[in-house]
This record gives sequence, structure tokens and C-alpha cells, in this order.
Amino acid sequence: MARLLIKNGRVIDPASGYDGVADVWIEDGMIKGVGVGLRPAGSDVFDATGLIVAPGFIDMHVHLREPGFEHAETIESGSRAAAAGGFTSICPMPNTKPVNDNATVTSYMIEKARRHAVVNVYPIGAITKASLGEELAAIGSMKQAGAVAISDDGRPVMNARVMRRAMEFARSLGMPVINHCEDLHLSAGGDMHEGAESVRLGLRGIPGCSEDVMVARDILLAEVTGARYHVAHISSRHSVEMVKFAKSRGLAVTAEATPHHLALADRDMKPYDSNYKMKPPLRAPRDVSAVLEGVANGAIDAIATDHAPHPGSEKMQEFESCPFGILGLETAIGVTLEQMVHPGVIGVTRMVQLFTTGPARILGIDRGTLAKGAAGDVTIFSMDREWTYDVNKSFSKSRNSPFDGKSFKGGPVATVVAGEVVWKV
Amino acid sequence: MAQGLLGIESLSREEIQEILDRARDFQPREGQSFRKYDLLRDRMVVNLFFEASTRTRTSFEIAAKRLGADAVSITAQASSVSKGESLVDTLNTLGAMRPDAIIMRHAASGAPHFLQRHLGIPIINAGDGTHEHPTQALLDARTILDRGAKLEGLRVAIIGDIAHSRVARSNVYLLSKFGVDIVLCGPASLLPEPLKEIAPGVTLTTNMDEAIRNADVIMMLRVQLERQHEPGFSASEYFQFYGLRLEHLKLARPDAIVMHPGPINRGREISSEAADSQRSVILNQVENGIAVRMAVLERVLAVRKKDGATAH
Repeated sequence: MARLLIKNGRVIDPASGYDGVADVWIEDGMIKGVGVGLRPAGSDVFDATGLIVAPGFIDMHVHLREPGFEHAETIESGSRAAAAGGFTSICPMPNTKPVNDNATVTSYMIEKARRHAVVNVYPIGAITKASLGEELAAIGSMKQAGAVAISDDGRPVMNARVMRRAMEFARSLGMPVINHCEDLHLSAGGDMHEGAESVRLGLRGIPGCSEDVMVARDILLAEVTGARYHVAHISSRHSVEMVKFAKSRGLAVTAEATPHHLALADRDMKPYDSNYKMKPPLRAPRDVSAVLEGVANGAIDAIATDHAPHPGSEKMQEFESCPFGILGLETAIGVTLEQMVHPGVIGVTRMVQLFTTGPARILGIDRGTLAKGAAGDVTIFSMDREWTYDVNKSFSKSRNSPFDGKSFKGGPVATVVAGEVVWKV
Repeated sequence: MAQGLLGIESLSREEIQEILDRARDFQPREGQSFRKYDLLRDRMVVNLFFEASTRTRTSFEIAAKRLGADAVSITAQASSVSKGESLVDTLNTLGAMRPDAIIMRHAASGAPHFLQRHLGIPIINAGDGTHEHPTQALLDARTILDRGAKLEGLRVAIIGDIAHSRVARSNVYLLSKFGVDIVLCGPASLLPEPLKEIAPGVTLTTNMDEAIRNADVIMMLRVQLERQHEPGFSASEYFQFYGLRLEHLKLARPDAIVMHPGPINRGREISSEAADSQRSVILNQVENGIAVRMAVLERVLAVRKKDGATAH
């Protein structure tokens, strides 16, 4: 059967604590072993000399737009963008059309992925029917169909009682509840972070407190219900503080940060350029610092891209009319290296954790390790390869990235899923 | 890139001074009409207004015609916008008709900035959402200067719905560049704290008496109900706390002037007596609007020489 030997790279496997130059032997889609001088007969060889060899990266927050918005992205195109970004597993959010709020949609996505995706796809189901925030979705049957978590991402669950019931149910099913934290009354009409920049540009603001009040509420509900609760795309300094506090209280509260919230503040936005428009918005520099610090000190558990494709026709409008969201899969490693590893905020091992064991533990999926018998998913990246992101060459069907034309030092080199090289530079 | 006029923020003090000086040349003599010039013969401007406007659109149109340019005015209701055409397509279509500049008003902040990135024709911003209204600030400065020698050291109170006012922003950027002491005043919900960070020399107060005390200029703003998205003050409560009445003028400098960009709502943000008082220069502002817009049009258009056209 198929054998792949990834030879002579620096293998970093946070799950086992391994860090050293070694070979990774994958056979029949599974890790056969990690060791020095492995030479299995008849195997394909990938020379990873000078590169980092890590367990396959997991992006627990993407939008694949299928079903319903295939002009923006499909499960196939999104999976190819993921592979080109070094990801071997991705979790599509349920804001498709129809919303992934029942087992039929979940199964459809999984079946589509099985046939067309080049990486593993773990759908996230909706919390409420049509993500309207009112009635609970068919959470149990979605779990049986393969959903790994629930979220109404793109929308918050505004009703605290509904959130409480969702947490209670999710706890009984062993699923994490992921919330897009935004009090819609406080953020109503906002297009960017509320602060000096929004006032200067005459754009309506999304205040930091619109995120904070919901994180606070949810942490209290997580304590009441004992649920595993996860804050999606955390962006405000007070929210980071509160997640840290919840952890210190022993609650099962986790959080993810996006690369763009690590890299950009509101003042970095090119005036009225919708490639800088997303939710939560790019916040004040002190919020960016707090998110970076939260990633370093463990308040934040994972990096997730919130990859949100929108076709050009939707982004080529007046700023206030443009939809929220930017691409993220292909630039995640480059941006994280630049913002966190190269400046020494975190080491490369911590970075690998944030993309592997971090999300795997939150989701409770059996990935993110190079242990013998684990899935043969490997991310091979460089710490120093110089490259420039050209969004027109993206595998995504959309082009909305603030990082177009940006040069990076270090980035993905090859992506291996179940022992097969699905992408290489 | 095409050099239009998108805002005051990016202009230098010298550039502003040049426009203000040139506008003085265009001011009409006492009792006369605006003189007709031949400076922009063969030039064509399109007035593209996506928002209701009487004075600004008319003012630009008169300014263009007084300089000898052709001016076409289009309102959004009459254009393809109502047929669902995107802003970029509308502008590209107009661009293909080869105007020398597009004067544009739009309800979205940054709409002209976004379009200028995709269009080679200069755009003159006639008001974008709650962002900037550069020619208003220029005409206000011209009006203030008509009463005194310089802007430096003056105290200007801008009172009203600051949050939603493009007039306030453009005035703040302009006056700040000239070392004016700027006091912004309004109810807290219409006076976001970060305003004091947008330019040097800005202070904020929610107390109207405090704002007016020792002011050389009192600039009143309209309450922009169409841009507010939540219940605000009742009209009577607003007038009680933030409406300008004659008694307020006693707090200001003896020679202080009262300005308003219009349209005024009598009894809402200004009493009839204050609007019609000797101190009011509201109609001078309207008149200066034409002079200033002539200076702006000349600046934007005269440097763009067409083949075969005479250089001026």
C-alpha cells in the first residue's frame, strides 16, 4: 500500500512533546512512525530538510459557502485554499443556504466533502433553526451526522435563555458551543470598530463593549450549565481578560483569535477599503496587543481564520454596503509567523499547538498529533521562505484579502492529508 | 491619480489658503451679481447628487457656469441608480461621457474616495455621508475671514449633532490647520469622545453656555434625523438645551457671528430671532459658497488641459 516518507525535517509534535530532526513515515493513510533514519522500502519520499514538519493544521472556523452561495466559494475550492494554506482539516460554519441546522444539510456537506474536498471537513451545526436565535436546531441529529460543534456564527444568540438551553443540551451531547459575540443592539449599523478612526472616517462604530457584554453573559451561562463554551474570533481586550478569568475559575471556556486580529488595527485600514471590513472589526491597537498577549499567555487556545469569501461584485460597493468578512486560509501561517513567532511573542512549538492540539481539544476530534496510528495528516512549512501573496492566484473563488501583495517570510510548503500530498508550493 | 477634492483633511494649510484667496477674487461687488468668466470654456462638469440638496447643487452649478463651463445635473432618482445599477457602473458610464470632473454627493461615507480609486476623472466631494463636506468648510472659512483678518487665535464653537455632521468634520480639519481653538458641543450621544483625537485644538463640552462663552464664531448644525438610527431627544428638549437663542449671544464676544450651513430648522436648533439677527451671516455663507466653489472648480479643472483647448 501507499507509503510516504517525509524525510529529515524538524518534527514538532506538541501532543507528544517531540521536537527534533526526524523522518515521518505514513502508511495506508496513517502515521506509522516518527524516528531518525527511517527507510521503509518502496515509499515516496518528501525531502523536508530545513522545514518544519507538524501535525496537520486545523482551522476550526471557515465559511465554505456551500450549499447556497457557490459563486463565492465551494467545499472543493475552499478545501483547496485550505490545503494551500497548510490546513488539513477545516470546520465550515453553518451560515449556508439553507442553514446547516439539520442532519440533512450536515450529511450533504460531508458527502460533498468526501467526493470533492482535498482536506478533512468537519461541519459545525447551527445552534438555532435558521440561526434565527429562537428555537433550538436539530442539534442531536446533526451530531450523529458528523457535526463537531454548534454555532450561529455570523449572528450571535441574542436571547440568553435560548443560549442557556443550547448550552445545557450541548453539554449532554458533549459538544462545544461556539458563539459569535456581538450584542446587536450595541453594534447596530456599525461598519468598523468604534473609536477615533470611525469618528474620523464618519463610519458608524461597532463598540468593543458589544463583544464584551456577550462574552460576559456567556461565561456566566457556561458556569451555570457546565457547558464547553468557545468564543469565536475574540478581538477586544476586555473579552480576552474575561476568558482568562473564566479559565482561572476552572470553567471549560476557550477562545480563538484570527490572524487578521493579530496583525491589523483599525488605523491600518486603507480608507473605505472593504477588504478590511469584517466582524468583529479590526480594533484599537491596545486590543490587538491584548489578543497577542492572550495567545502568548494561554487565554486564547487556537488560531482560526474566519475565512469568509465574498465575490468582487459584493465587495465593490460603498463601504457601508459591503458585506463583512475576508479570506484567511492561505495567509494564516505567514501572518502568524510574522506577528507572533518572528518577533518572539511565542515560539514555533506554541504556534503549532495553536493550529493543532488547541483546536483538536476544543472540538474533541482525533487529529492534531503525529502519534502512531493517528491520521496521516501533516503540515510542512518553512520559517524563512520568502514569498508574496497574490490573491489573484488564490484557490478561493473570491478575492477579498487585505494581504494581497504582501510579502512574507515563512509559509506553508506542502500539505499532506491521509498520506497524500494534496498541495505543495 | 486624478486630482479632485475629496476632503479637507488631506489638504495643506497653504492649499487651503490659496483657495480662500482665490475665492475672494470671485466675490461679487456690492449690489452686483457674480461676474461671468471664460476661464473654464470647453470644460464640462457633472453634478451627481445621490442625496437631496438645493443649495450645494445649485451653488456648484452656478459656479461652473460663471466660469464658462458646461454643467449637467443629475439626481439619483432620475438616474439608473433607481434601476439597480451599482455605483461603480453608474460612474463608469458617466465617465465614458468624458466630463472633466464629477461633483458628487452621496449618503455613504467614503463613497467618492472608493470611486476615485476606480475612476480617472477627478471627483469633487459635495458631501459624503457623515464624513466630509469640504466646500462647506471652505466657504465657512471665507465667511469668517470676511469679518476679520485671520483665523489664528479665534474661538469657534460648533454646536449640535456633531456625530452625524460632515460639516463639523470638514470645519474641524480646516480650522485646526489654522490654529483655531475649536469647541464642539452637543448632547453626549451626538458627541463621541474620540472627536478630540481627530485634530489638534479640539475640546468637547455638553454645556452650551460653556461652548459659547467668549466664542468669536458660533456655528450651529442641523439635527440630522435622517442619519440617526435610534430615538434621540424630543424636539422641545433639544431646543431647550442646544437651541441657539438671542440670550446666548451675550456670552460670546461682542462681535461674534452666527453661522449655519443650512437648511435651518427654526425653533429646533436655532430661534428665528437668532437666525435673523444682525449677528447672523447665514446668507453671506450662501453667497460665499459660489465664490469658493468657483475657486475649487478652477483649481481642479484649469490644470487639466484638453488637446486643442487653450491653456489658461
